[in-house]
Amino acid sequence: MMRLLASALAIAVCLVFAGALAAAVWQIAGTPAPVSLPGLLADNLAASGVEHPVTAVLLNFRSYDTLLEIGVLVIAGIAGISMARTTSLEDPELRTSDSLLYALQRWFVPLMLVLAGYLLWAGSDRPGGAFQAGAVLAASGVMMRLGGIPMPFLRPGLLLRLGLALGFTVFLLVAVASAAGGEAFLAYPKAFTKPLILAIETVLTFSIAMVLLALFVSAPVNQALEPEEGDPG
Amino acid sequence: MTPSLLYAFAGVLLCSLGLFGFIRLAHLLRKLLAFNLMGSGVFLVMVGLAQRDGEPDPVPQALVLTGIVVAIAATALAVVLIRRYYHLSGQATLAGPAATQHGTAKPVVRAEDRS
Amino acid sequence: MIDWLVDGLLVLALLVTALAVLWSRSLFRAVVVFIAFGLLMTLAWVRLQAPDIALAEAAIGSGLTGVLLLDAARHLRDSRPGRHQAGERRGGQSE
Repeated sequence: MMRLLASALAIAVCLVFAGALAAAVWQIAGTPAPVSLPGLLADNLAASGVEHPVTAVLLNFRSYDTLLEIGVLVIAGIAGISMARTTSLEDPELRTSDSLLYALQRWFVPLMLVLAGYLLWAGSDRPGGAFQAGAVLAASGVMMRLGGIPMPFLRPGLLLRLGLALGFTVFLLVAVASAAGGEAFLAYPKAFTKPLILAIETVLTFSIAMVLLALFVSAPVNQALEPEEGDPG
Repeated sequence: MTPSLLYAFAGVLLCSLGLFGFIRLAHLLRKLLAFNLMGSGVFLVMVGLAQRDGEPDPVPQALVLTGIVVAIAATALAVVLIRRYYHLSGQATLAGPAATQHGTAKPVVRAEDRS
Repeated sequence: MIDWLVDGLLVLALLVTALAVLWSRSLFRAVVVFIAFGLLMTLAWVRLQAPDIALAEAAIGSGLTGVLLLDAARHLRDSRPGRHQAGERRGGQSE
């Protein structure tokens, strides 16, 4: 009886919510927009340094949002790795003898790395950019981890922390440098806009990939008693 | 009523469906799935409503792009927390008495409480 | 007219998939349908003329989230001996 009552109450709440939201959407749809953002963007696109409007918005016009976003990602990454029970990017439990997965990795991981580089480069004048490239890079790292490829070339402690810190630090440095140079915070100097945007996008890609990979790696809890990071044991 | 506005209303429905699932489902992972559905609904409302005249608008698209990346970071952190909670308490829901520790030899006070 | 047909069917598919995510009997099936929901969202973004979001949704919303949740679903259903299968319960609890 209580369950039915609770269900009915939840349904009522959600119906009221849906109704109110739909009414609000309908009313907003009825009124014309006070300012045409696509028009504003088309006028100022040439000054932004890139040709693709979404990239221009993300990394020039609303770069403050992107800065805060990468900050939030770093915080989430720190919270995640502080609870990690596995200290290594490579999990010996996962080492696979599945020949299909092994073959897939051999073909896919190089392709995905190239694709990530292409997406990063293409972001300046067509759909693409740092976020998509970072996601593909993270996915290739996840694939390597799932296959259990021994990765002795990755020192997980240093690389993870470097990746976590690099994107946010470089972005913040650029922002503060323009403020110190007398212009507004996050205003790029006119001469270097495009190379600066590309540099920031590169470190952002690396950082996003590292954060997502770190969060994926810290999810499993090993049953075996493993020494935690920082333990002398 | 353009097709883009149809997507906005679909977003409204998705958001309320996600809200219902979030309130009523007990399993933590299912709550997380419902929460993600709410997020997708909100993104559809943002872009569908802004582009109701059919003209692509880059500003809400950029904001939704940022939102998707933040949402997956939050989801991943939530998965870490859920798995730790499951490992420590033995159950995947929040209500009810904590289960006794089956099969773990570790004490409840964890090593990280040592400074 | 064709526009409305395509968009209407896609919206319907999105809603049905969302319902299936919430009301699946097994956790594994819910996650798999969630991955399918992510791919349908990718199509919706393409229809909304947002190719950047479509790329990101395909890679992140469907790919990475799917792997993460599949991993979690598998481990959250691993029962230690004598443990109650919390993952099989549906609906709310009577409190």
